[in-house]
Amino acid sequence: MLSAEFLAQFYGTLMALAILVYAILDGYDLGVGILLPTKNKQQADTMIASIGPFWDANETWLVLAVGLALIAFPLAHSVILQALYLPVAIMLLGLILRGVAFDFRAKAKTKYRDAWDVSFKVGSIITAFSQGFMLGLYVMSFDTSAQSYTFAVLSGIGVVSAYGLIGSAWLVMKTNGDIYHQSLVWCRRFNAVSLIGVIAVSMVNPLINDFVAQKWFGTELSILLLPIPFACIALFIFQDRVLANLLSCQEKEGSWRPFAISTLIFLLCFLGLVYSFFPYVVPNELTIYESLADPSALTFMFFGVVLVVPAIIGYTVFSYRVFWGKTQELTYY
Amino acid sequence: MLDTLLLSRIQFATNISFHILFPTISIALAWFLVFFKVRYIQTNQPVWLRAYRFWVKIFALTFALGVVSGITMSFQFGTNWPGFMERVGNIAGPLLGYEVLTAFFMEATFLGIMLFGMKRVSPRVHTLSTVIVAIGTTISAFWILSLNSWMHTPTGHEIIDGVFYPKDWFEIIFNPSFGYRLSHMLLASGITASFLVAGISAYRLLKDDHKHAPKLTLKVALTVAVVLTPLQAFVGDLHGLNTFEHQPQKVAAMEGVWETEKGAPLLLFAVPNEQTRSNEFEVAIPNLASLILTHEMEGEIKGLNEFTDAHPPVKPVFFGFRIMVGLGLLMILVAFSTRIVLYRNDELPKWQLRLLVAMTFSGWIATLAGWYVTEIGRQPFMVQGLLRIDEVVTQVPAEHVLYTLIGYLCVYALLLAAYIKTLFYTADKAVEVEEYEVNMPVSGDQYA
Ligand code: HDD
Ligand code: HEM
Ligand code: HEM
Repeated sequence: MLSAEFLAQFYGTLMALAILVYAILDGYDLGVGILLPTKNKQQADTMIASIGPFWDANETWLVLAVGLALIAFPLAHSVILQALYLPVAIMLLGLILRGVAFDFRAKAKTKYRDAWDVSFKVGSIITAFSQGFMLGLYVMSFDTSAQSYTFAVLSGIGVVSAYGLIGSAWLVMKTNGDIYHQSLVWCRRFNAVSLIGVIAVSMVNPLINDFVAQKWFGTELSILLLPIPFACIALFIFQDRVLANLLSCQEKEGSWRPFAISTLIFLLCFLGLVYSFFPYVVPNELTIYESLADPSALTFMFFGVVLVVPAIIGYTVFSYRVFWGKTQELTYY
Repeated sequence: MLDTLLLSRIQFATNISFHILFPTISIALAWFLVFFKVRYIQTNQPVWLRAYRFWVKIFALTFALGVVSGITMSFQFGTNWPGFMERVGNIAGPLLGYEVLTAFFMEATFLGIMLFGMKRVSPRVHTLSTVIVAIGTTISAFWILSLNSWMHTPTGHEIIDGVFYPKDWFEIIFNPSFGYRLSHMLLASGITASFLVAGISAYRLLKDDHKHAPKLTLKVALTVAVVLTPLQAFVGDLHGLNTFEHQPQKVAAMEGVWETEKGAPLLLFAVPNEQTRSNEFEVAIPNLASLILTHEMEGEIKGLNEFTDAHPPVKPVFFGFRIMVGLGLLMILVAFSTRIVLYRNDELPKWQLRLLVAMTFSGWIATLAGWYVTEIGRQPFMVQGLLRIDEVVTQVPAEHVLYTLIGYLCVYALLLAAYIKTLFYTADKAVEVEEYEVNMPVSGDQYA
């Protein structure tokens, strides 16, 4: 049987990874939903075609993340989900609305199509917002004051904007023509809004959580880590330059860059967040070590994980290769 | 006063009942699609491809509904039954985890290739993707039913201070009721899908859609139904014997037996009354229940009165069982009678087509009835005999459970209506669109 300490770190890392991959992958397809034009059918079709083959697998990372919390850190899982009962339900309704709208819009009577498009867009916004809202409450240690709810609302807006950023960057990479240009403009706007959001969260977080401040300013590691926020800001500025360049020239060479940069931004922000809270899973309350499930059950899972996760990564890469390049017209089945 | 426990139970039951409608179809429909695709490759007849392309649309829609309602399910254990995972998480967790790892990713990823990749990968890889999706859905049934069966017949664990720990994973996964439940459920899925395919094909034929594809799918679906429906009755009987051994109080409720009896009659109809602890309006066949369950005319069946503090509510179990078995018998009858006529005349009279249309969703009703028997029959326990449900309920205020329940109910009602309407609308559209291509070879690119 593997040691409890190792298992806590292993499953903690895996869960963090699942959340990060989820935020990036479902982030871009939620972003596309947030941006969906409700008037221009043809644009909407192309945008949806660009995420068609992927959205389902993207959402599965959420199932994995929740599943890992459930399996490895059951105490934390039940504290968190009970504290977030209502926002979770609202997020689920959002996910349901957008997940089915995606299919119904292509099959239902034409007169219902507009309604499904709206439900796709609204569902995406609700999902993104409630995820940000929950993140905000989490950072505030599930405090129930008005101040904490205000912060959570801002954080909700921040996540909508971050998903808009990575979603438009995805469209820059995957589309041509009108939508391509439109996406460049969207991308630049969301880049600016997201920058403000990231700065705000980074300042508020250490101000309200003493242990976070301690971590960033009170240890020897701090000097090594302080560059993270600055690198992040530098990336936003670089992103803006890249977009300006793409906008000014006719060349589409390098249209993958905004997506790559956005991914890096997600990565850095996430690293910052994880570093702030590690080893807590419930801020200030429960660490990964305290809430760990029975080591023998987790050992049984461990071998499955080690065998299966590489396979999952392998066929995920395969599927992205199959649909590589600019999205073609919608070829349903 | 609102009661969190009661509301949580209703909410969980609502969500899982909605969820199971779609897996029940998609597990077997995926195998139907594999069959259509393989036949197309073997015969090179476009009609098989047409059948594939019609049903893959319905599959995609069904699958999407299965996914979104499944995501809801995966949050339910935490939001509604947090105590459940604290107490039995060491057992339930890895089983759920293996389901995510070995089934969900695989089916979701290859679904993308199956639905959108026809022109992008070779026919071989495309067929393979379809097979992988079908395998994925079946694997996911394997894990979740293993967990569910363990909750009915727990083995392979030990309990220390109220917390369950795994001792022998093989015994946990292959617990005594698992084989029966898995085969009964997979057959239920096959039957549900074949009546769906038969119903929609009959609907198209009634709309004067005299093309090859719906006729062919009708034939395939009825053949499958002829094989699976009697098999289901047989497996169901074995399943009942297994339950009789492990959960006698559930069988007592299914059969409406109050006092322990030798030579108990089979009740065709009755209204069990928990106040008087007896049945009203009994219509019975003497000794038959004993004969079925013990294979002896005078075999003994334990009555509900032996389990006064811990037997399930009788009415839903009793009636649920009769609905399922009644529908099962009706399905055998319909499958055989229509298939024989189809064999003789190569077409069905209008009234039989209409009958099949009426039975399009009969599999759903039988499946739900069966699950209600199984799950309500486990009450008041969550893990049979070991963990009661009132020990594990959430601490969330009852109003919150109520609001979210109302939200789910509204969305589900809307989606169910939209799903059924869209099914028939897709059939209508196929009638119009394919009007011009009656049995013509598919032109140009073989997948055009
Ligand atoms: C007998 C089969 C069966 C049963 C009893 C259940 N499921 Fe299910 N589930 C499936 C068979 C299935 C499936 C066939 O694999 C689905 C349906 C369509 C699909 O996409 O996969 C699915 C989808 C599905 C998904 C989405 C997977 C994805 O993203 O692709 C989740 C998270 C769950 N389920 C979770 C659950 C939970 C927590 C259940 C019980 C409490 C449950 N399911 C009961
Ligand atoms: C898929 C078809 C299923 C249906 C239709 C179904 C139906 C139900 C119903 C009606 C109840 C409420 C019983 C009551 O409170 O009176 C229930 C409870 C429950 N079921 Fe299922 N169930 C299904 C599958 C599963 C599976 C696969 C699992 C777990 C692996 C599961 C776990 C539970 C749990 C934890 C409860 C709550 C505790 C309880 O009330 O006993 N169910 N289910
Ligand atoms: C025709 C004769 C049938 C018999 C004798 C039969 C028998 C049974 C029994 C005894 C149970 C309860 C298992 C338990 O104790 O937990 C059950 C459950 C169930 N039945 Fe049936 N059944 C029949 C037909 C059907 C049909 C036609 C369907 C659906 C198409 C169906 C679907 C189910 C399902 C989904 C369950 C719950 C899951 C499980 O426990 O396997 N059954 N059946």
